[in-house]
Amino acid sequence: MMTTAATRRVGRLPLLGWSFIFTVYSLLGIALIILMTVSSLLLVLTVGLPLVVGFAYSIRGYNDVYRLWAGHILDRTVIRPYRPTPKGNLVSRLRAIGADPATYRDYAWLWVNVVLGFAISIVSLALFAGAIFYFIKPGLVQFVPDGVFDMYIGPVTISRTENTMLYWVPALISFGLWWWLSPKMMVGYARLAAVMLGISERARLSQRVDALASSRAETVGTQAAELRRIERDLHDGAQARLVALGMSLGMAEEMLSNNPAVAQELLTEARQSTSLALSELRDLVRGIHPPVLSDRGLTGGIQALAIGSPLQVQVDVSLPERLPAPVESAAYFAVAEVLTNAAKHSGATEAWVRARHVRGSLSVLVGDDGRGGVVQDTAGGLHGIERRLSAFDGTMHISSPAGGPTIISIELPCVPE
Amino acid sequence: MRVVLGEDLVLLREGLIRLLTAYDFEVVEAVDNGPSLLRALVTHRPDVAVVDVRMPPTFTDEGLRAAIEARRQLPGLPVLVLSQYVEQLYARELMSDRNGGVGYLLKDRVSQVGQFVEAIRRVAGGGTAMDPEVISQLLATKPEPLGRLTPREREVLGLMAEGRSNVAIASRLFISENAVGKHTNNIFSKLGLPPSEDDNRRVRAVIAYLDA
Repeated sequence: MMTTAATRRVGRLPLLGWSFIFTVYSLLGIALIILMTVSSLLLVLTVGLPLVVGFAYSIRGYNDVYRLWAGHILDRTVIRPYRPTPKGNLVSRLRAIGADPATYRDYAWLWVNVVLGFAISIVSLALFAGAIFYFIKPGLVQFVPDGVFDMYIGPVTISRTENTMLYWVPALISFGLWWWLSPKMMVGYARLAAVMLGISERARLSQRVDALASSRAETVGTQAAELRRIERDLHDGAQARLVALGMSLGMAEEMLSNNPAVAQELLTEARQSTSLALSELRDLVRGIHPPVLSDRGLTGGIQALAIGSPLQVQVDVSLPERLPAPVESAAYFAVAEVLTNAAKHSGATEAWVRARHVRGSLSVLVGDDGRGGVVQDTAGGLHGIERRLSAFDGTMHISSPAGGPTIISIELPCVPE
Repeated sequence: MRVVLGEDLVLLREGLIRLLTAYDFEVVEAVDNGPSLLRALVTHRPDVAVVDVRMPPTFTDEGLRAAIEARRQLPGLPVLVLSQYVEQLYARELMSDRNGGVGYLLKDRVSQVGQFVEAIRRVAGGGTAMDPEVISQLLATKPEPLGRLTPREREVLGLMAEGRSNVAIASRLFISENAVGKHTNNIFSKLGLPPSEDDNRRVRAVIAYLDA
């Protein structure tokens, strides 16, 4: 899956621009190599400690440019392979950086890049420049003295007085080489960058297994709690009401002939009992799967949430027909929770919801004009959303500076039905 | 009074036919899916339609869509929608053509037979019958422009939206009919509805309410 990924069709001219940038940028790598090497030596004198940590981060940032570029060329995401670094002091950070194999691959890349990256960029530039040069050369030679630009190819002599147009032969060759070679070199180089700078297949799989194991445990736990809640609600609510209803009706049956007045009272009671049972069932159903979501999908669901919210909610939703039902449901409850939170705690008067489906992923943004400063604790509703989303590999991100605004973004990978 | 009934559950359909017949309605056709409902409404042009929201073939909001489409083809066709749950979104859609004669009630309300039949008659006469639950949801949320109304005026507007007459509102709130009239006039002016011959201001007040 990783190696056969289709490459994007990238125009040759943008590639030319990249070559130009990379000739300079890859040389910048030399500076980093030197700085890193020197500060590593200085580690003996402890002054090297902050330097090594600092330059390690700089190298990560430097290489991020190649990750983005390779991802763009290969039309996929080149994932940053770094392990999370601890928040602690410099020594523990250095340990973590030193123990991370990605650090060494980063460093190796600097070397490869200085040689290979520079070479590829220069060759590509030179071929293109050569083509241009020979193409305009027949015009150019008119301004120089005879013999200066003469060219000898075996027995053939090209000079300004005789067969100037022959200069277009090397121009064509150079242009042809550039045309044929530059995309191949650049795509190959992007592949190399992705392999060296991306996450290794093994590491990716082991991370994935960890993530799946924890998300499965949470999903199972959430589901079980949900089922217990439903069971309890049915048992204490609707079931009890139906028993009472049966009793009232049974008594009314008995009373009908000898005491119609009491029978009537009992019947009224029975009818009220059905209303209560129905409204309890309605609430229960709404909690499991809101009917409007089945009817209208996520688009209608979000519209209904907006209408029901005490805030003025702007809705901007553009989605394909229907998304898989579990994804719709997870996203709906997430938006519902976020809007409820905004109405309860943020002091906002207005909010907005934006939902799109791009590149195999549902993305929902919910913002409000409240005072911000949302804190995410492990007991809060937002954490509940995150757990619910994690079952689908979904993620939630909160941006809520003090003073607002709060924007919560949700990403859920899925393909439309 | 001629009724077209759209309800897919046999038990409920038979029950409703029995109920309506007992109260001297004539059920000209009872159908169990959206497309037949639309056809039945357009061919019979009944005095009132009683329609379930969720019906085959999609089991989503088929009935509601059929009713809205029928009202588009036959403007002003009185429709009473019944549903297992109330959704403000649907209430708005139903009223969006601003042409009176609509109702949206929870199915539970059928059990209060007297009130239910009264609601059908009201809708058939061009009035409204909104479920108290829709009204209470609305009151619980959007404050503007209803924020300008006094609590008493809101109560009156709520009952008006359910479709009750001034007499009924007066007896329900234990106030004089005159007082109700005063409240309704205040409501109309606060919602910016000038007196006019053509419009049913009560319906327009309810719509303003739903649009809030």
